[in-house]
Parts: sequence; structure tokens; C-alpha cells
Amino acid sequence: MESKFYEEDKLLIFKITEEIDDFSVQKIRRRADYEIERYMPKKVIFDFNSVTFMDSAGIGLIIGRYKFAKMLGGTVELANLTNSIKRIFEMSGILRLIPITNLETI
Amino acid sequence: MKSEIENEMKLEFISKSSNEAFARIAVAAFASQLDPTIEELADIKTAVSEAVTNCIIHGYDKKQGIVKIFARLKEKEIILEISDKGKGIENIDIAKEPLYTTKPNLERSGMGFTIMESFMDKVEVESVIGLGTKVTMSKTIKPKIDNEESDEEFELITKE
Repeated sequence: MESKFYEEDKLLIFKITEEIDDFSVQKIRRRADYEIERYMPKKVIFDFNSVTFMDSAGIGLIIGRYKFAKMLGGTVELANLTNSIKRIFEMSGILRLIPITNLETI
Repeated sequence: MKSEIENEMKLEFISKSSNEAFARIAVAAFASQLDPTIEELADIKTAVSEAVTNCIIHGYDKKQGIVKIFARLKEKEIILEISDKGKGIENIDIAKEPLYTTKPNLERSGMGFTIMESFMDKVEVESVIGLGTKVTMSKTIKPKIDNEESDEEFELITKE
């Protein structure tokens, strides 16, 4: 995973570059929480452009970061979802809370 | 015309979550003999990943055990049996309900069975407390109309 923080907008972008499953989320979660706590962003965007696989572990990952960012005064958005990733998020209902946004991949 | 494929494979590995990627990639490589679309292959990979995660996280919990995958190809269908010899499921109907999870504190979504059911054609669960759980799921790969057309075209061209 790569990340970039834009100070002026208080925007934190995570570009996930690994396959998302029960094994990989543990590392992604630690890194994301560390950076959210460090930068206290107003907005967090998860960029899925480079994600070639995701199972239901991705749902828990995003809900968890949404709760954490919200607690610290921020929001979460998702970008560049493939069809199968979008389907998994749709099934879980979390897209009612967490919007999809347009983002050019960094 | 292609002949019907009949094939089988078995896979056994220890219940480490680092093996999830290995399991789904191995099954996808095997399933590719049916000439699935990228989307169909993604569906199979996701369903395998969910079933294997269940064996590791729920079946064996923190203990180590063996996860087994038995895959068969029959005509245009892939049939997968994914099993563990773990603790078993008390109530399968409740376990299958969307959003139901016994481990909410670990950020589990409870969507595993729902995803398996919507990405595969058929999912059956057998479980005995203390003996283990077996998930049997199948998916028929749809014939590719484009390919058939191009085959015909090719035949016409070669005839001429």
C-alpha cells in the first residue's frame, strides 16, 4: 500500500496495491490506522485501482477505517472500484455510508 | 468442437491465512481449463477465498489443522468441496445469514456465505460439531458465443 497526505486539504489517500484477503488486511489495517491517527485527515480516500482481488475481508477493513476516521473527525470515500469489488461492497450495504468518488490514481 | 473435460484435483494445506492466496490461485488455474471469463474466474476465486477463510478462522480457530480442497470439472461445471476437521457449525442456517458473525470484534463482516451463494450457482454446507465442516459449491461456465462464431467464420474461410 502507498499513501499520500495533502496538508492543505487534509486529504489522505491510500492506494492499495495488494490483493485484499484475511491475511493481507492485517498489515493494511495497521498501516492505515497509524497514518489516520498521525495526520488526522478530514477525508480519507481508498484507491482500488491496483487491487486485483478482494474478498469479504475488504468489507471489514473499510468499515473499520470508516469508524476510526469518523471518530477522529474525518470521512472515508472509495475510488476506482472494479466491477467485482463494487459488487462485494454493494452486497454488504456499506456504499450507503461510504460514497464512491472520482480520483485519478497517483 | 471441444470434447467434454473430465478432470479432478486435490489440494491439502495447513490452516495458515497466508495460504488463502495460494488456494484460490491454484483453483483458478485448474478452473481455467473450462475457459471461463475473467469475471467468472474472479467469482470462483472469491468463493474459494471465503470458504478457505472460514476453515482457518472458524473451523480451526487458532489451532492448526488441514484444509482440503477437492475440485472436479464435469462438462462445463466446476464442483468444489472445501473442508476442515475443525469445530463445526452449530446452526448452519444462522451462520449463512448475511452479516452474521461470531467474531465481530475482529472486523469480520459476516458476508462469507452470502458471497459464496451469490458468486456460485449452488452452495451446500454439511457440518458436525467437533468433526468439521464441508462446503460443496458448483458453478457452470457459460459457453462463449463470440468464440463459437469466430470458429465458424474460421471454418468458412478455410473451406473457401
